[in-house]
Amino acid sequence: MAGAAVLGRLTWEIAQVTAAKEETARVRTIALDVPHWPGHRPGQHVDIRLTAEDGYQAQRSYSIASAPGEQLELTVERLEDGEVSPYLVDELRPGDGIEVRGPIGGYFVWDGADARPALLVAGGSGVVPLMAMIRHRVMTGSNAPIRLVYSSRTAGEIIYRSELDEIARRHDGVEIIHTLTREQPNGWAGRVGRIGPELFADVAWPPSEAPSVYVCGSTGFVEAAAEALVGMGYDPPSIRTERYGGTGG
Amino acid sequence: MDTSDLKLDGNAIAGTMRELFGIEMTVAPCVCRSCGAREVMACVDVYVNAPGTVVRCRHCQSVLMTIVRGRDRTWLDPSGLRLVELPS
Repeated sequence: MAGAAVLGRLTWEIAQVTAAKEETARVRTIALDVPHWPGHRPGQHVDIRLTAEDGYQAQRSYSIASAPGEQLELTVERLEDGEVSPYLVDELRPGDGIEVRGPIGGYFVWDGADARPALLVAGGSGVVPLMAMIRHRVMTGSNAPIRLVYSSRTAGEIIYRSELDEIARRHDGVEIIHTLTREQPNGWAGRVGRIGPELFADVAWPPSEAPSVYVCGSTGFVEAAAEALVGMGYDPPSIRTERYGGTGG
Repeated sequence: MDTSDLKLDGNAIAGTMRELFGIEMTVAPCVCRSCGAREVMACVDVYVNAPGTVVRCRHCQSVLMTIVRGRDRTWLDPSGLRLVELPS
């Protein structure tokens, strides 16, 4: 069973922040150097732990944004009442150290090993692990057709927008479908409204093509997307999902 | 925020499970003692807002497992699970 091998103890390492890049007003990408980093698979995450002076610890999981072989990058959305994300988005600086363990996870992983189409469905910052899959597809020159259906609230909240546009322009077989749920700029050429049966009827492959499906977003988003796909005839076990505690798409 | 916002899935405890068992557990099939549903560990409901972590069956909502972390030990109650299938 892939990814289920004995991996040994999972240990905390002090990672050093080497760069930080603003993606949107609430989202930042942090590049990390981790000692003894064994490499990762697209879709995996890391755990991050913060320790206060009084010993109080807070721990959260963050998806890896970079492709295998690239420097480890995490893209983090600031949650206003969060214990960890405001520090990662607003405070952390290049040169700072932070406790990291990983890579973690073997279920929500796409290695691009087969040529089946992959339908990636993202709500808000749920795009992060899917971006690692798309970057991996681009880096390896895989021929697997990929469609990313990406729901954001506003155009300004779309993460990786220019890179996604560029990838779609330069790589046959990679298609990006944006939908905006809250407000649309003048001349918006993408889709409007929440992800549901109507949108999937237009953009999802028919179940007969047996695409692999990866859905990541808030719990409400993931449940709505999975329900719509099952309604189209998708087999539930073919839909891999990951929920996070962030805001929606 | 309603209660559904507090519900995560088994991916959220992948690090903890690997720390405790030394293997990647999200792909491990497990069987609910209450309703008999079989799902991989990634596809259980996980609530991390309680004093401990509560893991529930996605199909019947029975508690499969609770995990409570102390300073130097962890208490894991797996009594809602009938079976966990691990690779040899």
